[in-house]
Amino acid sequence: MWGIEVIFKGKNFLRLLGGLGTALEISATAVLISIPLGIILGVLMAGKNPVIKAILRVYLDFIRIMPQLVLLFLVFFGTTKAWGWDLSGEVSSVIVFSMWGAAEMSDLVRGSLAAIPKHQYESAQSLGFTPIQTKMYIIIPQTIRRLIPLSINLITRMIKTTSLVLMIGVVEVLKVSQQIIEANRMTAPDAAFGVYLFVFVLYFIACFIPSIFARKLEKKWS
Amino acid sequence: MDIQVLQEYLPLFGNAALLTLGLGLAGIALSIVTGLICSLVQYYKVPVARQIVRIYIELSRNTPLLIQLFFIYYGLPKIGIKTDPAVCGIAGLAFLGGSYMAEAFRSGLDAVEKIHVESAKSLGMNKLQTFIYVVLPQAVRTSIPPFTANVIFLLKETSVFSAVSLMDLMFTAKDLIGLYYNTTESLFLLVIFYLIILLPVSLLGTYFEHRFSNSGKGQVSKKTQSAVKKNRRNTEKEVAPNVGN
Repeated sequence: MWGIEVIFKGKNFLRLLGGLGTALEISATAVLISIPLGIILGVLMAGKNPVIKAILRVYLDFIRIMPQLVLLFLVFFGTTKAWGWDLSGEVSSVIVFSMWGAAEMSDLVRGSLAAIPKHQYESAQSLGFTPIQTKMYIIIPQTIRRLIPLSINLITRMIKTTSLVLMIGVVEVLKVSQQIIEANRMTAPDAAFGVYLFVFVLYFIACFIPSIFARKLEKKWS
Repeated sequence: MDIQVLQEYLPLFGNAALLTLGLGLAGIALSIVTGLICSLVQYYKVPVARQIVRIYIELSRNTPLLIQLFFIYYGLPKIGIKTDPAVCGIAGLAFLGGSYMAEAFRSGLDAVEKIHVESAKSLGMNKLQTFIYVVLPQAVRTSIPPFTANVIFLLKETSVFSAVSLMDLMFTAKDLIGLYYNTTESLFLLVIFYLIILLPVSLLGTYFEHRFSNSGKGQVSKKTQSAVKKNRRNTEKEVAPNVGN
């Protein structure tokens, strides 16, 4: 009924999971690149050098204000035109999502650093901590605590955003669904309902589990 | 970059931008309504409806708009619910945005301290009066920064509308790139038009964030602040001779 049976026909189930796997792989790679990069950028943004801050601000704001799909188009089509690079859809999406993730992460880092009250620094100083010790034992542990739930939320956003790679021709879960629906057009004309519902549920599971985890951590540590 | 091509494409992108903006605003308006209802249901802890809202929020927040649109546009017609692309886009945006708006409004409602509601009650205000004169003005203030962030987020999300064959900015750009290979001009106009739409809202958002970020509790106007400072300085001056040499 409604093409639910199509999902379990032949290798379709595994193919759909494989499609989700491609999307998750892209998000995982992008997360691994963007978290360290974002931390570095965030610390620079929280620093005092006005020139670096101004340049970073323009760059990060541009990335954060543009829809991610526009960034994908810029890298996927733009680099080909400008420099003749022939980037695959996967590589372009990893580049874009790393840049975007780093921009978002840097903002989280900057925010968490700014959220630490000034008296924490002053108390450390009055207790005789050197600046490095203050950072090591007082600032960094508190920042990390704030950051972990926020970063997990960023990961779920990343997973949701990677669904866009369909639009630059990466074969991920939606593309696989389209292929399956096309292939079963005659035998199961209503397959679109079942298959897309299944994809909806897959994405829900992939994002819901980390977001519950983040919420728990947030409650525990706040 | 070819100026003539730019001139030729400009009206195409202009129309597409109007479509993006129109659908975006309609979707945002609907998501505000959805969000308001959901947040009120949660605030007043309406039984049953509250559980439904909870499930809706989880479903909508943990799935991407693209998947929601695919389901609405290609999936639902198979069980007899047919929608045209524009309705589908607006419905999808409202489904996604409703939960984000609900969270923004709820954070505002939750930020109103309980003692304010209790004080209103003890002053003899009824539920409606309490809500209109006590809860709402404070809640709106706290909700404004997340609200503008959501507006920007939803306007950005409209970029996936091209997946359900709406001729928005993305669709136009992709179409022109595919037809004439004028990639540079198309991408340039794409970025410019999104900047025109998003930059003002973003600037407004930053302004609101600065203005309302301390949630305004016990905040006094600049005039009073400077008066207080002046007063304090004067007192310090008076005290100073006794303390110093």
